[in-house]
Amino acid sequence: MTSIGTGYDLSNSTFSPDGRNFQVEYAVKAVENGGTSVGIRAKDGVVLAVEKVVTSKLLKPGANKRIATIDRNLGVVYSGMIPDGRHFVDRARDEARSWRDTFKTGIPTSDLASRMGGYLQAYTLYQSVRPFGITAIIGGFDSELEAPVDGEVGSGPSVGAGGKGTGTHGGPGLYMIEPSGMYWGYYGAATGKGRQAAKAELEKLDLAAGTLSLHDAVKEAARIIYFAQQDNKDKEFELEMTWISGVNGPTKGRHEHVPKELMEEAERLAKKSLDDDDEDEEKSEEKSDDKMEE
Amino acid sequence: MDHRPQQWGRPRDDVYGAYDASYMQNNGPNQHTQQPIVTGTSVVAIKFKDGVVIAADNLASYGSLARFTNVKRLRTFAGTSVVGFGGDVSDMQYLDRHLNELAIDEAYTSEAGHTLNGRNLHKYLSKLLYHRRSKFDPLWNHLLVAGLDEDDKPFLAAADLLGTTFTSPSLATGFGSVLAQPIMRRYAPDEESAAKLTKEEAVDIIKECMKVLFYRDARSMDEYSIAVVTKEGVELKENEKLEKQSWAFADRIKGYGTQTV
Repeated sequence: MTSIGTGYDLSNSTFSPDGRNFQVEYAVKAVENGGTSVGIRAKDGVVLAVEKVVTSKLLKPGANKRIATIDRNLGVVYSGMIPDGRHFVDRARDEARSWRDTFKTGIPTSDLASRMGGYLQAYTLYQSVRPFGITAIIGGFDSELEAPVDGEVGSGPSVGAGGKGTGTHGGPGLYMIEPSGMYWGYYGAATGKGRQAAKAELEKLDLAAGTLSLHDAVKEAARIIYFAQQDNKDKEFELEMTWISGVNGPTKGRHEHVPKELMEEAERLAKKSLDDDDEDEEKSEEKSDDKMEE
Repeated sequence: MDHRPQQWGRPRDDVYGAYDASYMQNNGPNQHTQQPIVTGTSVVAIKFKDGVVIAADNLASYGSLARFTNVKRLRTFAGTSVVGFGGDVSDMQYLDRHLNELAIDEAYTSEAGHTLNGRNLHKYLSKLLYHRRSKFDPLWNHLLVAGLDEDDKPFLAAADLLGTTFTSPSLATGFGSVLAQPIMRRYAPDEESAAKLTKEEAVDIIKECMKVLFYRDARSMDEYSIAVVTKEGVELKENEKLEKQSWAFADRIKGYGTQTV
């Protein structure tokens, strides 16, 4: 790295002469070593998935969840330094709660992303702190129904002052926040070690068209995690997946872990698609061998 | 003239006379809630073999005025329990927000199966009510908690503004404890007979109670909410209307109001 020895990488809050904050860039490096996380914004919901590297055989399979619930309809997954992610989750829960205290309704996904983006950005400004070593993916489904006020008891006037407007609102939301505090909304997001491969696969899905169903997105997310993991096959890993649908969907607007049956189905298909790919490769190799002989 | 800072902005003593500071003082004790203001009337509930049926009408009264007519007094908790609120509506809203927060907190760890069941919820609420009465600032409610216990058996219990708790196969708050309770006891005098009731029977009993309450409780209304809590979850209907009312008995009642005949 060109910066070595220049001194501009030693602390936060100091730009290098060419306008970089090296501490933030090092934080990104920490993320690049973490297990792959993927988020997909489907037509009728959001899927979050993470590759959990099994660091010890003494860990109970299926325990130690990595995807966290923030509010009923919001979930977060992250790659990088897990303790940093835990703190991120704590803060996000505080934000969601204080939003409820103030506005008597749940925080919209975009506002949570904004608050958390601001929070992470503040950790790039001071010498006394270091940036977060995570990239987080926030998934949510803002209710498409009329949002009730917490504790409300009646439905209020139907027209006139205090009456309700019509028009559609709500829907799935997906945001990714980087250590710099930068965040964008995405159709599909990937971070961590396998992000390059995962992003390439996500792009093939044509998510912008808005045709992929939530169930298919679950299967795609599982496949992508398995696909992105291929390069380091020797490492054992566990797949964790959550999903959020609208009120009329399978999770009734809540952020929940994908049920066991669907999870197993998705993993089976993921493994199958990898095996198929391997076979194809072998075949093509055989073909090229034939050619060589000719 | 007095130019000291504590006099800035005050009427001049030499013009208006010395200010009577006793107006600023609040002599007397601090007063907390002395009475409920906007109130809901009875909540009735009965156990049956697979769960609990609970109901309350949709009226919030301001004294004797039927002030709000679409107030939902049954609140679900975590999709597994229902709390029925009698008494002050603003305290109910406070408790509802509090329970909402609690349910969200519970959802953080729900993967580990920590979600509070009906019994846990009732214990929590009764401790909260007792805590508030001990601060001499009670939450003016009488609650019924309908849910399941740790063995998935039907659970029904009450907690009042003093933190008093009690349980029974059937329960009613407010005027219902006088008017509805005897009806329900006729069908379910003890746990054994409640455990023999089917869901349909329990719903019919509750509907009968709601009808009697509408006939005889002057703070009641003919629109009500009813919830059935079972292992499968909560089935809540919030805009039910009393059926098959008969006011045939009314013309035989004498002795109230202006009587012309």
